[in-house]
Amino acid sequence: MNASSDVLVIGAGVIGAATAYFAAQQGLTVTVLDKGLPASGTSSACEGNILVSDKELGPELELTRYSLAVWHGDLSEHKKLWEFESKGGIIVASRESSLASLHRVMTVQTGYGVAVEELDRDALREAEPHISPEALGGASYREDCQVQPMLVAAHLVRLATEAGVRFLAETPVTGFLRSGDRVTGVRTPRGDFAAGAVVNCTGTWAGELAALAGVNVPVLPRRGFVMVTEPLPPMVHHKVYAAEYIDNVGSSDAGLQGSPVVESTPGGNILIGSTRERVGFDRSVSTSALRLLARNATALFPFLEDVKAIRHYHGFRPYCPDHLPVIGHDDRAPGLWHAAGHEGAGIGLSAGTGKLLAQAIGGQSPDLDLSPFAPARFGSPADPTPAHHEEATA
Amino acid sequence: MSPGKVGSIMKADVAVVGAGPAGLAAAVAAAEAGALVAVVDAGAQPGGQFWRHRPETVVPEPDGSGHHGWRSYVDLRARFDAARRRGQIIYLPGLQVWMPEKNDAGFTLHTTPAVARARSEDAATNDPAGSGAGNGPAGSGTVVARRLVLCPGGYDRQLPVPGWELPGVMAAGGIQAFLKGNGTLPGRRFVVAGTGPFLLPVAAGIAEAGGQVLAVLESSSPAAWLPHLRAAAGVPEKALEGAEYAAVFARHRIPYRTRSIVTEILGQDRASGVRTAKVDADGRVRPGTEGVYDDVDVVGFGWGFTPQMELPVALGADTRLDADGSLVGIVDERQESSIPGLFLAGEVTGVGGASLAVIEGLTAGAAAARERAADKADASRATRHRRFAEAMHHAHPVPAAWQEWLTPDTTVCRCEEVTASQITEARDTLGARDSRSLKSFTRAGMGWCQGRVCGFAAGCLAAGQRVSASAQSLSDAAKRPLGAPVSIGELASLETDS
Ligand SMILES: Cc1cc2nc3c(=O)[nH]c(=O)nc-3n(C[C@H](O)[C@H](O)[C@H](O)COP(=O)(O)OP(=O)(O)OC[C@H]3O[C@@H](n4cnc5c(N)ncnc54)[C@H](O)[C@@H]3O)c2cc1C
Ligand SMILES: Cc1cc2nc3c(=O)[nH]c(=O)nc-3n(C[C@H](O)[C@H](O)[C@H](O)COP(=O)(O)OP(=O)(O)OC[C@H]3O[C@@H](n4cnc5c(N)ncnc54)[C@H](O)[C@@H]3O)c2cc1C
Repeated sequence: MNASSDVLVIGAGVIGAATAYFAAQQGLTVTVLDKGLPASGTSSACEGNILVSDKELGPELELTRYSLAVWHGDLSEHKKLWEFESKGGIIVASRESSLASLHRVMTVQTGYGVAVEELDRDALREAEPHISPEALGGASYREDCQVQPMLVAAHLVRLATEAGVRFLAETPVTGFLRSGDRVTGVRTPRGDFAAGAVVNCTGTWAGELAALAGVNVPVLPRRGFVMVTEPLPPMVHHKVYAAEYIDNVGSSDAGLQGSPVVESTPGGNILIGSTRERVGFDRSVSTSALRLLARNATALFPFLEDVKAIRHYHGFRPYCPDHLPVIGHDDRAPGLWHAAGHEGAGIGLSAGTGKLLAQAIGGQSPDLDLSPFAPARFGSPADPTPAHHEEATA
Repeated sequence: MSPGKVGSIMKADVAVVGAGPAGLAAAVAAAEAGALVAVVDAGAQPGGQFWRHRPETVVPEPDGSGHHGWRSYVDLRARFDAARRRGQIIYLPGLQVWMPEKNDAGFTLHTTPAVARARSEDAATNDPAGSGAGNGPAGSGTVVARRLVLCPGGYDRQLPVPGWELPGVMAAGGIQAFLKGNGTLPGRRFVVAGTGPFLLPVAAGIAEAGGQVLAVLESSSPAAWLPHLRAAAGVPEKALEGAEYAAVFARHRIPYRTRSIVTEILGQDRASGVRTAKVDADGRVRPGTEGVYDDVDVVGFGWGFTPQMELPVALGADTRLDADGSLVGIVDERQESSIPGLFLAGEVTGVGGASLAVIEGLTAGAAAARERAADKADASRATRHRRFAEAMHHAHPVPAAWQEWLTPDTTVCRCEEVTASQITEARDTLGARDSRSLKSFTRAGMGWCQGRVCGFAAGCLAAGQRVSASAQSLSDAAKRPLGAPVSIGELASLETDS
């Protein structure tokens, strides 16, 4: 048996890293285990957008706004480490109907305190000179920002380690230690680890881990492709995406969907992301996904037609059927906590998730009510999620 | 079906990628066995790396001077052209495969016009079969075939050294390609350095073309061959080749310095000299042995070869580490990989020189065409060549201590300007112990070349001092889902089944 700790975090993706970091800040003793290296899961196969603009009203928007405050507050001293950039987002509408929906969304968002500003045809062109002539207008979100996600996870693990957290790479959790109902630790090939609180931060693997503890946490993979171009001089100045994107985010449709978020990176490469499709963990390259990204991106920025793609990659977003993450204590297995299923927003939401969870584990009442994210909402294992969620893996 | 048109789909029994020694041999063998063969090659005319020659539009009848095994080329080329005239080989030059796919029908290759295609090399539209030009105008297109033979070759392996980002520093093979392709030299005064017998033809070629080779610096020593003499004796033609080079070296008074390395490239805006030193058997610099060559135009480096593994890796073929530390594909005696119907030949199954590449190509092509057993005589020749190659790898290793030659601010990834200290810091503080996490944390390998140049070195640095990159790490580095850059416009007009 290894030395026991107050908190044992399974998974060193961005969520586990943030949880460990804030738990250590609370003065708790923490151990982090990952089956691979830090940021070897979805956190290294995604983009680093922190978007307010695409969030549905309700708990997710609140968690986003809380997280933004943490990025700018508790974590502001580390901004440089992970290339934090407040570049702002622009949603572009190219059809009268989508322009109308965009205006409706803006009105509602403004009511909830989101900083959004309308861009007419000319203002849009001033902000993005290379936008398609078809674009009718848009909305500008100055709170939208970005980080380099792999660096976030890796540096949070490093900072946590420097604050005394024990981190073990290449240590897969294979089972749980129990005392009656209670989860009291984990089993690994490197021996057992006891802990007061065990936190499941395993992203798309969270369902598997939960099953090992006999509880149902239906986290499923939703594949996304991202395309990277050759480096160019600055041509795209914000995160630019089409109005249809908002509809895709909350969709449960298994089919291929995509609306490009086009943006340039500090290196000059343009990132074009990303598709959304539910095909299980299929890693084969999808020509239809690549075509869709290319078509959507050139529709927004026609100059991209002649630009070379040098790479593409894909990752699997961890999502729950109700499109809300699972964050909090699992009353069905006392001692077990979850922070997973953040879908296409886990990077942005990591800061808030980690801080809130650390507060809850430390026995404080969290700054934001976590009950909408409660794991027990999925019922007991005898009452599995509706079967139609399985067909997505077909 | 009109071959070669933009967006067209070409169907064949066997597709061959590459028209170097391995690819030419595979195409010829498959066609002679009765198959309809499509050959896709990034080059503008057949020959690949080894038999690269002046544009046939400029020099219609190359005499093979400066080439080895030219008779073998002439023979293969005649058979290749004959098969084209019979309509059994469809030749598609100037195209790069950017993505291979395995599906029920076999294999689909997506192609795009090769990036660095000199205008003078452009294939003319209506050239008769038999010239170097291809079947019709080159454009992006798709090739569908039941079986696939991948012969994409390799390129010189590079190790970083202070100053190597300066213009005037080239891959040894790059100098040779320049010479073979243009008939001229990229400078006047050269230093060639690294390890392995491939440095010899490069230096000899420079000298024969009128350039001055100030020195060839070989990090290993001839004594390193002693334990492997039996294997070397199995391939007498190599000794003969060696003797020819020795004669060229003597004639041009080229100094051949063993246990010697370049420790630094000197120069402001471009290379103008090199600092050198003697090393011990591990590659550690021996103090007091430093020297300088001034007035240098071009420095050529070659540390063995890196097989071009993206296509085999993209198709999921099983791989292993070869004796030289390179990632290579695993094949059976018929050159078939772990993926049924996928054959590999040439450098991608292990760096072994052009003669071995030809034998492997013949075997793979014949097997892909009609599933016959490997020819016994070919098999035993291949075995002798492979033993020789293994001996060569052991005699000319990447020196164990090469990481000690770097200073903290030596550039490792030239595309993204990532330094040695940035890499070791990411390794030591962020846990970047493989090429994948290193890329994420430092951008090493994220630039235009996608780690083709720095991948090996970066993988070794991530693994730690005196450790070589693991097969997993190299295979992650070779995962380049785009085998070649392709325009977004082309991707937008992709044909898909859905
Ligand atoms: C294409 C794409 C684009 C995206 N873009 C954005 C974006 O712009 N903004 C944004 O906010 N989000 C984005 N996301 C979503 C974001 O990437 C995820 O929500 C986030 O990375 C999830 O982090 P995680 O820590 O939960 O999971 P992961 O990063 O997958 O981490 C889970 C970790 O658990 C470990 N693990 C698994 N099983 C075990 C075990 N048994 N024992 C020990 N360890 C184990 C894994 O090795 C892994 O390191 C995108 C996702 C994709 C796919
Ligand atoms: C400097 C130097 C000196 C050498 N000296 C000798 C020597 O003296 N003796 C000796 O035996 N060997 C020598 N070699 C090695 C010899 O060149 C190789 O062994 C031989 O070329 C391997 O043949 P190949 O067919 O595998 O590859 P190559 O000759 O490299 O041919 C590969 C072909 O595939 C094409 N290709 C690659 N990827 C793609 C793609 N995605 N799509 C389309 N086409 C693609 C390339 O453009 C190229 O035309 C030397 C090599 C170099 C670089």
